[in-house]
Amino acid sequence: MTDTPAYRPEALIAEDIDAYLEAHQHKTMLRFITCGSVDDGKSTLIGRLLYDSKMIFEDQLAALEADSKRLGTQGEAIDFALLVDGLAAEREQGITIDVAYRFFATEKRKFIVADTPGHEQYTRNMVTGASTADLAVILIDARKGVLTQTRRHSYLTHLLGIRHIVLAVNKMDLVGYDQAVFDGIVADYRAFADSIGIGDFVAIPISGFKGDNITAASANTPWFAGPALLPHLESVEVDQTLDQARPFRMPVQWVSRPNLDFRGFAGLIASGMLRPGDAVRVLPSGRTSTVTRIVTFDGDLPQAVAGQSVTLCLADEIDCSRGQVIAAADAPPQVADQFETTLVWMDETELLPGRPYWLKIGTQTVSATVLHPKYQININTLDHLAAKTLDLNAIGVANITTDREIAFEPYADSRDLGGFILIDKMTNATVAAGMIHFALRRSQNIHWQATDITRNHHAALKNQKPAVLWLTGLSGAGKSTIANIVEKKLARMNRHTFLLDGDNVRHGLNKDLGFTDADRVENIRRVGEVAKLMTDAGLIVITAFISPFRAEREMVRQMMQPGEFIEVHIDTPLAEAERRDVKGLYKKARAGQLKNFTGIDSPYEPPEAPEIRIDTTQMSAEDAADAIIRWLIP
Amino acid sequence: MTEPLTHLRRLEAESIHILREVVAEAERPVMLYSVGKDSAVMLHLAKKAFFPAPPPFPLLHVDTTWKFRDMYALRDRAAAAAGMELIVYHNPEAMERGINPFDHGGLHTDLWKTEGLKQALDKYGFDAAFGGARRDEEKSRAKERIFSFRTATHRWDPKQQRPELWRLYNARKAKGESIRVFPLSNWTELDIWQYIHLEGIEIVPLYFSAPRPTVERDGLILMVDDDRFRLRPGEVPQVRPVRFRTLGCYPLTGAVESTATTLPEVIQEMLLTTTSERQGRAIDHDQAASMEKKKQEGYF
Repeated sequence: MTDTPAYRPEALIAEDIDAYLEAHQHKTMLRFITCGSVDDGKSTLIGRLLYDSKMIFEDQLAALEADSKRLGTQGEAIDFALLVDGLAAEREQGITIDVAYRFFATEKRKFIVADTPGHEQYTRNMVTGASTADLAVILIDARKGVLTQTRRHSYLTHLLGIRHIVLAVNKMDLVGYDQAVFDGIVADYRAFADSIGIGDFVAIPISGFKGDNITAASANTPWFAGPALLPHLESVEVDQTLDQARPFRMPVQWVSRPNLDFRGFAGLIASGMLRPGDAVRVLPSGRTSTVTRIVTFDGDLPQAVAGQSVTLCLADEIDCSRGQVIAAADAPPQVADQFETTLVWMDETELLPGRPYWLKIGTQTVSATVLHPKYQININTLDHLAAKTLDLNAIGVANITTDREIAFEPYADSRDLGGFILIDKMTNATVAAGMIHFALRRSQNIHWQATDITRNHHAALKNQKPAVLWLTGLSGAGKSTIANIVEKKLARMNRHTFLLDGDNVRHGLNKDLGFTDADRVENIRRVGEVAKLMTDAGLIVITAFISPFRAEREMVRQMMQPGEFIEVHIDTPLAEAERRDVKGLYKKARAGQLKNFTGIDSPYEPPEAPEIRIDTTQMSAEDAADAIIRWLIP
Repeated sequence: MTEPLTHLRRLEAESIHILREVVAEAERPVMLYSVGKDSAVMLHLAKKAFFPAPPPFPLLHVDTTWKFRDMYALRDRAAAAAGMELIVYHNPEAMERGINPFDHGGLHTDLWKTEGLKQALDKYGFDAAFGGARRDEEKSRAKERIFSFRTATHRWDPKQQRPELWRLYNARKAKGESIRVFPLSNWTELDIWQYIHLEGIEIVPLYFSAPRPTVERDGLILMVDDDRFRLRPGEVPQVRPVRFRTLGCYPLTGAVESTATTLPEVIQEMLLTTTSERQGRAIDHDQAASMEKKKQEGYF
């Protein structure tokens, strides 16, 4: 324990506050993340940085000293970990342990530290913290060397594109400040770093507890010539400089129209720089114009750079709204609607391939579908594993299709235009973070083939309006029975129909699918596509599928022409369906012989506003069929 | 190549980005305005974010009737200068029952502020409310999201908070749900002061030292701001040179003795001082995890 005084105000503050303020208005900012567990001394290190940079006040210090004696693990000495932990209390209160942000400043820089404690949900939290960090401090316990978790932390850091990595070999005091120990760990780490593509890192031997090589070079490590941790954090080049060197891009957040004479496009510049007179292109539309003014509250600017929030005026009245990207005219970003991506799943509910999610990238929000993952990555071994879905904290590579073209850049080039989140359309939860690798050629090369005989021709030939009667309900509700009667009656009326039955489809088209949530989604997606083709052919399609999830029924509704999707809820209470148990399935499910059975151990989400609701406890199958036909053909 | 942006310019750009995202995605946003220095900075940033238009949302002051007189004066002036509508809300129940900090202790904050805020948000149907809270204020705020979700009954459910990556904020919500948004999350107290200095933002004179009538009570120096202040037997107001580091209801807000009459002097004192900011607020001393608990109940 070095005897640092509790608080050492800089002389300048007392002597010349104006000079101090002037100096401190020119500080830059660095955001970093600390990776390591409590055992590695992470909290102690952060506590030490706060303490040594004078961010701790007397009352906090007094509380800390009291807590250290009561709870601390360091005897009479101050336990810095207590400054930032407070985890026990959080656990008791049932509060999710996730990313905490801490702040300190030196004479040169302001620092924001993302601190991600805990082992559970580590991936989600670390990815969140890393997404805004310029630098990562990876802590290693000198007594333990490079561990599985070191590899995991390094991989995630690299995945999120952090260019500056500090390997802090901690607890050097406990290995006698032995250079050989330090050199051995650095060599091990270098071999691993090379293997995953981390080009460069800075290794520093430290003791968070004793304070070695934190603020200044330590006399205990005369063999170490590099910078101490804090001086390194103060001098490392910030990524912003790099962003400025890239072509100009600004996602449009908001269009400002205070009066008829002013139309400005507000946004935060993601990269590059801009001057009035520069030619710009608006994506995805591709229209071009020239910047006339860079408007701010503090007056028009002669130049704006990456990181600034500004409002731009253009010379032409071109179409440009929230979600579009204003870019350098001669170096615009790409536009596409199919991508290969890395996904980090962040929700308790697993990925359902085929289900549409909202995708938000920059200021654009579009509907997107994730295809089956190509593989999942084991973040401890970095092996690729086959995967049908991704669950909480899983990382995988999957293709994504968006419902319209978006402007993007590969994540490696731009966090702002290559990083996205997926949002569940029902719960509105942020379920995944993603990073775009590249656009798939397919989306550029496969075009829609226009045919001469249109869907209107097909329908006119059959003298009918195409429709999908979508019967949904529990197993044994009576869907197939009613569907069959409906089709017979329509046939008698000379209507051209086709009945798609859940069980029958699973014998052929969908025989590769099981009954997990993910497979149920894919089952419905395929049936939806088939039904869509049939309506294009002019048919009245009747389907009988449990289709338990609202989101999938909504997805199919979106596939169809407006008004052609008719949701029919065959509403039979669970107790009644189970009493009938025509196929004996409920009995099996109750006995545990059938897994994922809707109503028993898999949910059924009843329609909130179906076009037709049939209460089978009040109505016979014949009457139900008549009611449906009356609705279809009044 | 130009110089990298300073930390204050980056914080400013980030806050402006947050303000604009909310206006673009929420249906009916509002800015909670408490007249303190953080509110002053937040309002200033809103003016910048939407210039040349005025900020496209109203200011809401959930009032307790017990603020300092200087605060009311600045409030009305600042709203008018920004060209914004000012909504002042008083919880009618608290009004009727005459709830005050002398007789009612914790109930005072609960009814006027916590309940008052919920009532005001419901009454006007606001679905997004900006607040000036910062993560450095307290340990429990360190992990608070910038977009904080509240259920239809205004409860803060720790399990429903969303991860915030990059500059992407998910502002989607179901009908009845609302969000509290904290554009100053990443600012520290020193950043706020430096920015006020740099930008010349007007703040309540109470932040500067002046001779004021005060009494010392339970370890706090309290200002006798009007004749509703109930003196205890033997208490005689004394004029002391004091200023305030944080502002709230005047009978609950402790002053510090000070000679700092200019902004640089205030910053100097803040940097040389040895106690943390919130110590002057009686509300925090109630119980250890008081802020966490208040947040779950719907306090900002």
